[in-house]
Amino acid sequence: MIFPIFIRGIIVTTEKNIRIYYKKAPVIIFGLLFPLFMFASFYMGRDIDIAIFFPGFIAMTLFFTASSVGPLITPWEKQAGTYERLLSFPVSINTIILGDVLAGSLYGVIITSIVVAAAAVFLGFAIVNSVVTVIALLLGTLCFASLGVALASPSVRSPSHVMMFSSLIRFPLIFISGIFIPLQELEGAGRILSYLSPLTYLVDMFHAGLDGTSVFPLGIDFLALFIFTCGFLMIANFFHKRNLIRGL
Amino acid sequence: MGRCMGAIKAENLQKKFGNVVAVDTVSFTVEEGEIFGFLGPNGAGKTTTIRLLTGMLTPDEGDVTIDGINIRSNPMEAKMVMGVIPEAGNVYVDLTAEQNIHLAGRYYGMAKNVLEKKSDHLLSTLRLYERRQDPVRTFSKGMKQRVSIACAIVHSPRILFLDEPTEGLDVQSRRLVIETINKMNKKGSTIFLTTHNIEEANKVCERVGIINQGRIAAIDSPEKLKSTFDMTQTLEVSFDKKVMKDFFVSDYISKIDMCGDKWVLHTDNPDQAVKHIVSAADKKGLRIVSLTTCGPSLEEAFVRLTGDEK
Repeated sequence: MIFPIFIRGIIVTTEKNIRIYYKKAPVIIFGLLFPLFMFASFYMGRDIDIAIFFPGFIAMTLFFTASSVGPLITPWEKQAGTYERLLSFPVSINTIILGDVLAGSLYGVIITSIVVAAAAVFLGFAIVNSVVTVIALLLGTLCFASLGVALASPSVRSPSHVMMFSSLIRFPLIFISGIFIPLQELEGAGRILSYLSPLTYLVDMFHAGLDGTSVFPLGIDFLALFIFTCGFLMIANFFHKRNLIRGL
Repeated sequence: MGRCMGAIKAENLQKKFGNVVAVDTVSFTVEEGEIFGFLGPNGAGKTTTIRLLTGMLTPDEGDVTIDGINIRSNPMEAKMVMGVIPEAGNVYVDLTAEQNIHLAGRYYGMAKNVLEKKSDHLLSTLRLYERRQDPVRTFSKGMKQRVSIACAIVHSPRILFLDEPTEGLDVQSRRLVIETINKMNKKGSTIFLTTHNIEEANKVCERVGIINQGRIAAIDSPEKLKSTFDMTQTLEVSFDKKVMKDFFVSDYISKIDMCGDKWVLHTDNPDQAVKHIVSAADKKGLRIVSLTTCGPSLEEAFVRLTGDEK
């Protein structure tokens, strides 16, 4: 009896999040507009071959979209006084976390798929390995949606505080992950730091899928993203449980 | 099922936050079909207790059984049989009233057609049907609370927990809430209600539990609690002309207070006290505008039990 209730709770929570939070301004600003402006500011006015940076741009889009919903939900619910009601339904903390992750993942998959499809149709970009691209899309979106939910862990009621905190964590990652400087060209401390970023492995996996070039073997990219996803989920579970009634 | 089986059983519940003991060895049973009131001053442990009973918090010690289901080991199953109106249980203001109710019903796995029928019925009963498609953000506090109640009872729970359900509501909304609670109870639901409104508890509840500083101070029917503490009754009287305090002095009247345009007289013998007042008024040519006898109040018992009497 518990398993169907658990699955139902995840699905209903995901639907609720999609209906309420996809339209919120911070999600649109940080999830859609921000990666676009970042890329435009990097690309415009410079003589750069867009094809080289396209996998990095796709990874950055996915990273920002998938991780934009998660940090917002719990603080918003606590501020609005709906979190206690949510907990009174037949759900557990894990149900809520997975519902939040799924909502972030779907957002990432939809937006990134649109960007990839538009680039393939209008700019004529070929996809070298579509299976690897789809796996990168799914695993990456799960990983960064989990990161988003983990970033919602501080026990604050104010979504703006959490958005600041999440920006503090997310922004440095895009500069050490081979998006603007290809991984092959990173040296010394930059190279070592890049190994610590989950985004590095997603950029590399997209390179493997979209243009057939990658630095790491695919197995390493896959394993690293999987380990980071599990780690983010464990962090989210620990802090959400610890801060359950704080801010109510 | 008869009323011998406890719908809600709390056994030696204890919850600490740091060094503060919020709930200290609290035990009680609420019988099936009963309306049980839970009273206490601010910070006494009411909300923590209700959060322990509804599975939101896990007790440090002790156990909670809901309809025979241990909430610690089977929280999801226990939550399926209960409806909760939490203290800060707002509904989603971005959704319409109907969407909120449907959302709640879907968490309980209700079939679409059943849910639509039940939702329409609740919206009509709670006088929200005309506004069902409007976002809740456009609603008054009373209307929001009615949506909140609809969300909590959409699956016809066997046990309903309400944490301060009438707090801050206007008279009409308060009456509608109480009416809904009574209807749910008549249909067989067990009601667990926390409130600051002692008179409300007095009118609605079959038994009340009083908690103070995390411990249960008393559990009994309102009438028994009232009679435990004070056998003194009061008379409230007002005249068409002003009278002085010494007008009431009598062996049958132990205390005289002025309260607005009325005099409040405390007596152990209301029969003789009333006769004395009527006779004295007659002699002075005064017309009695109102005369009321009042028994000991639950509020008095509450104040005595919680030690706040000055």
